[in-house]
Amino acid sequence: MINKGGKVLLEVKNLKAEVDGVEILKGVDLTVRAGEVHAIMGVNGSGKSTFSKVLAGHPDYTVTGGTATFEGKELFSLAAEERARAGLFLAFQYPVEIPGVSNSALLRLAYNTLQNERGLEELDPLEFEDLVHEKIKVVEMDPSFLDRSVNEGFSGGEKKRNEILQMAILEPKLAILDETDSGLDIDALRIVANGVNSLLTADNAVVMVTHYQRLLNYIVPDYVHVMDAGRIVRTGGKELALELEARGYDWVRAAA
Amino acid sequence: MLTKEQCFEQLLLGKAVKADGWLESIRVEALESAKALNFPSERHDDWRFTDLSPLFQHGFQPVTSFVRLTLADIENYLIPGSTRLVFVDGCFDAGLSDLAQAGAGVTVKSLVECFGDPQVEAQFARNLSFKQDAFAALNTHFFEDGAFVHVSSENVTGEAVAPIHVLHVATKRETPSAIYHRCLVVMESNSRATVVEDYAGLNGGIYFSNAVTEVVLKDHAQLQHVRVQREEKSAFHIGHCSVKSGRGSVYAATSLAFGARVSRHTQHVMQLGEGAEIRLNGLALIAGRQIADTHTRIDHAVPGGKSVQLHKCIADGAAHAVFSGKVIVHPGAKGTDSAQSSRNLLLSGKARIDTQPQLEIFNDDVSCKHGATVGQIDADALFFLKSRGLSEERARNLLTHAFAGEIIARIPVPSLVESLSRAILEERMKENA
Ligand SMILES: Nc1ncnc2c1ncn2[C@@H]1O[C@H](COP(=O)(O)OP(=O)(O)O)[C@@H](O)[C@H]1O
Ligand SMILES: [Mg+2]
Repeated sequence: MINKGGKVLLEVKNLKAEVDGVEILKGVDLTVRAGEVHAIMGVNGSGKSTFSKVLAGHPDYTVTGGTATFEGKELFSLAAEERARAGLFLAFQYPVEIPGVSNSALLRLAYNTLQNERGLEELDPLEFEDLVHEKIKVVEMDPSFLDRSVNEGFSGGEKKRNEILQMAILEPKLAILDETDSGLDIDALRIVANGVNSLLTADNAVVMVTHYQRLLNYIVPDYVHVMDAGRIVRTGGKELALELEARGYDWVRAAA
Repeated sequence: MLTKEQCFEQLLLGKAVKADGWLESIRVEALESAKALNFPSERHDDWRFTDLSPLFQHGFQPVTSFVRLTLADIENYLIPGSTRLVFVDGCFDAGLSDLAQAGAGVTVKSLVECFGDPQVEAQFARNLSFKQDAFAALNTHFFEDGAFVHVSSENVTGEAVAPIHVLHVATKRETPSAIYHRCLVVMESNSRATVVEDYAGLNGGIYFSNAVTEVVLKDHAQLQHVRVQREEKSAFHIGHCSVKSGRGSVYAATSLAFGARVSRHTQHVMQLGEGAEIRLNGLALIAGRQIADTHTRIDHAVPGGKSVQLHKCIADGAAHAVFSGKVIVHPGAKGTDSAQSSRNLLLSGKARIDTQPQLEIFNDDVSCKHGATVGQIDADALFFLKSRGLSEERARNLLTHAFAGEIIARIPVPSLVESLSRAILEERMKENA
């Protein structure tokens, strides 16, 4: 839902960032309001994941210019964990495997950390089990995955579902989904998309990073942004995604 | 502060209990060995990585008075449903022990009650190289009591039998104390058992635990041998374990070192029967100024042996972990299959890990693999956990615990796995707080 008068969750202005001395983001602007669905599209290597990780606070990237606020707070003055506790969530393009840390233990630890932050009661293992069994339905995941090590031996699609399960448990205000659609077959894509849709409210927002139009048939964006060489070079409505699908990216890049 | 020589002299002032016959001659011989060997020099090949100087500074006194503890004092260490032998400062405490669970064919007793047993006479101090090691020699001369575990062939269903928990606790004394622990395990043909040796301290205190364990596995016997070293951080621990494994036997050990200012565990497994299988799992998890040294040696002396070893060291702060693992395949040991892996995690720039896997093969019909890695906390995993709201501290602890967990999970006693896991997470939280 386009929400011009809505509360601004994220405001990024002229963001520049580099890795190992190489500038990747060259001045990104983006404003996301509560209730909105955004899509960021662009060819491989255009800087979409870099943008996502810079917002989440990945230590490999250095912000060299511009500003970002999250609900009015200076984002770059917060540590990665503080951003998460403030309600920012990144679903990773390549989720890591963590042998020896059980999925359910991690979910509970993360959930209770956030409950603490919000001044709410922590849940004990039994109470949490009820919650997680409710939430796992969102992604139609088999509960046996809860007892396994985080992402260890999961297929590509299972890892992506696991990311959305974390989102369902943590209920972020702003979720950035980095290529959550890649590696999903059509059934899994539908399940994940339904899951995300069911989590959307008037108070939160989602930014989907993708280079296919496919996902946007299921989660319909209010805005579509095209990123190229570290900048957002065009913004339009959902029809822009269809146009990109039909004509490719070259015409936008040429126009930029 | 004492010198190395004074420290040794002080240990020799200990009082050995007078024994008769065969035991007395072993004791006399052990004292001669101890005097001849003295403490190892810094240049000794087996000791050169391990700085024993913090140990040498103290004058360790023999324990002369008995401290009475209650079950409440040791409740953190109890394993529900186990057969339990408790030693307080090296003295057997019948009141704290619980022998009711020992099944048919299982003998679990204090060693002094068993010196008349021909099994004890046949095996005690017979396979231990006290002639090469001063600490083992001191132990053999000065030990007062210990544990004797005998599992007869009647007991072939070990799985159902309660684990045997040999718990050693050290109390806090006014002066540093020298404490000797001794354990003899004899597994008859086809028998099975799980033995947990547990070394812990109460209320801090400076003491020197000197532990010697001997294990004999007769044909087709199977032993799960767990060793938990969780001494006080101000204490010293030097342990020896020597194992003889017979034909078709299975010896599976999981040895953990968490405690002590300086600790050393030397384990020597001799495959003396064809087709014996040896599994050694080890973990040292240390921080601060702790030093933990593990030296293992596996001798494949006859054909068809199999050995699998995984040792992990985790060092934080300015801690120093040492692992030396030798596998020797003797000329006659055809068809030996051996794999050894040393995996290590450095948690701080000041910590140090020395690892030395060594293979010595004197025959070509073998399959032997070994390798070592030293790594740090995975940066992507750390960022992932933080992006889910976990603090840096929490995230690091969780990943450290996960690395250690692979070894801890191999302990075949679920309640111990759980309590150790919890203790590690909490302890690390506390240290970092
Ligand atoms: N950690 C990194 N180290 C070096 N180069 C990087 C790193 N992360 C991204 N890059 C480079 O930045 C550019 C943008 O990459 P990325 O943000 O992953 O693009 P996208 O997600 O749009 O495919 C690429 O040229 C990539 O090689
Ligand atoms: Mg990407």
